[in-house]
Amino acid sequence: MTSRDEQGPEGGDAGLATGDQPPESRDTALGEPSLAKAGAGRHHLLSIADLGAEGIEEVLRVSDAFVEVSKRAIPKVPALRGKTVVTLFVEESTRTKLSFETAAKRLSADVLSFSASSSSLKKGESLRDTVETIAAMGVDAFVVRHSAAGAPAAVSKWVDASVLNAGDGWHEHPTQALLDCYTIRQVLAERDHRAPHEAGVECFKGLRVGIVGDIRHSRVARSNVLALAALGAEVTVVAPWTLLPPAVDSWPVAEVSQDLDSVLGRLDVCYLLRLQAERGTGRYLPSVREYAAAYGLSAARAAALAEGALVMHPGPMNRGVEIADEVAGLANSVILRQVANGVAVRMAVLFMLLGTSGGSSATGALAGLSDAWETGGA
Amino acid sequence: MAERERRLTTPRGGVFVPRVQVLSSEDVSRAITRIAHEIVERNHGLSDVVVIGLQTGGVPLARRLSQVLEEVEGTQVPCGTLDVAFYRDDIGIRPVLPEAVTDVPGDLAGALVVLVDDVLFTGRTVRAALNALADYGRARAIQLAVMVDRGHREIPIRADYVGKNMPTRMDEQVDVSLDGVVLGDVVPR
Repeated sequence: MTSRDEQGPEGGDAGLATGDQPPESRDTALGEPSLAKAGAGRHHLLSIADLGAEGIEEVLRVSDAFVEVSKRAIPKVPALRGKTVVTLFVEESTRTKLSFETAAKRLSADVLSFSASSSSLKKGESLRDTVETIAAMGVDAFVVRHSAAGAPAAVSKWVDASVLNAGDGWHEHPTQALLDCYTIRQVLAERDHRAPHEAGVECFKGLRVGIVGDIRHSRVARSNVLALAALGAEVTVVAPWTLLPPAVDSWPVAEVSQDLDSVLGRLDVCYLLRLQAERGTGRYLPSVREYAAAYGLSAARAAALAEGALVMHPGPMNRGVEIADEVAGLANSVILRQVANGVAVRMAVLFMLLGTSGGSSATGALAGLSDAWETGGA
Repeated sequence: MAERERRLTTPRGGVFVPRVQVLSSEDVSRAITRIAHEIVERNHGLSDVVVIGLQTGGVPLARRLSQVLEEVEGTQVPCGTLDVAFYRDDIGIRPVLPEAVTDVPGDLAGALVVLVDDVLFTGRTVRAALNALADYGRARAIQLAVMVDRGHREIPIRADYVGKNMPTRMDEQVDVSLDGVVLGDVVPR
């Protein structure tokens, strides 16, 4: 597994503020088949850097199995029966929250839903007290979204439960990057008339991906750059200077550009980011119209894309700003597939975190049974 | 599912050391032919029969079985694969991850499913498979074919068709493939 430090200097600017000292749990790989680690500590998914290329590949592989589950008449498996998952969304979200809740329910886990607007956080309770109160009810996983970078990492230190980062400030949104990678691999495998599981991650080697838009404020961009670079893709980030992070030079990207038209024709994937008005984009741009004219994927720009180049967007889309209405509906636009795959990929991540690391007591008490298991046969 | 069990044997997988060759490749082939005939005889033909191999050890056997059934009766027999990882009862006790693809042909409502696995041991994989199959529709009947029944059942499950009954010790390992059946041990790496 690639550690955070080897991964590359992605933590150079203020947006990546989880601290230099990774929590203890960081060095346990997600889904790594190791009984020794099962009882030793909880597994978390806080950053793509926790996974490394091998971890990402493993998530994609397990996601294949859950895509199959999602296609069934009864898209539900009993894998996480008796586990409790809390969706702790301190920052508002619709799709990510619904996606995680659907994923948890399809794994037969019990889901507790939390939203900040109707909670005691409004009454002045601290995040820590809120989290510890919920944890006291017996929770196996926290899915955390917060407007502050590093909040999920902090939660992971306070509770004895797995923590999944569902987006923290400008820092990271790892499951979004995983589902984007899954979608790219799925489409490329289909073009080769292969099953996704046969494709492996070879298809990412040298893949030219352009990430366009508000890179500075985008956790999606940070996670995607880390994931795609780890898998061997050549990432180009395209944005006006004001929307690039100060430390972009230290990112593992092949190219930084201010001119979308000059890179369009070379891209295999054109990944558009939402212009995030709520994070103060207005101060960084003369006007939204000017941004749309220079960086929006208009019909004319879509025609200039290489044949077969994919158009992706993490949603929600600002139609007419970063993406033209008619472009969103093109055959090469895989935006709805991203959403569909999101459920399967989040099922994979939840299963790998909760299904493979049992509580220490269970591991100890039933060690004899598992030993019998492992010595052979059905 | 000899392959899987071996790969995850603590610590960090183990090395399979063969001791005795129990069945040769020809013996395995003959056993499959016999089982095919037993299936046809018991079910008065092959109508509604679907063969499903358990990942990963049962899959090559299931493929071969469906070929032989076709040769015997002249009708095509659908062949699928099933990975039971999400239905196991040891999730959270030891690392469980799906090993390979699940591909169940169509709706199983009304089908006569023949589950195929390489080794019948504790019976827990088969229990998981029965639960999994229920999610694909209500099969008319489910029958179980295994190449080796090695004993040591922990739940009341028995096979309908057995290639070879083979008494074993708990700590032994049975390796089954189309190349034969080998009894051996797993030595920690």
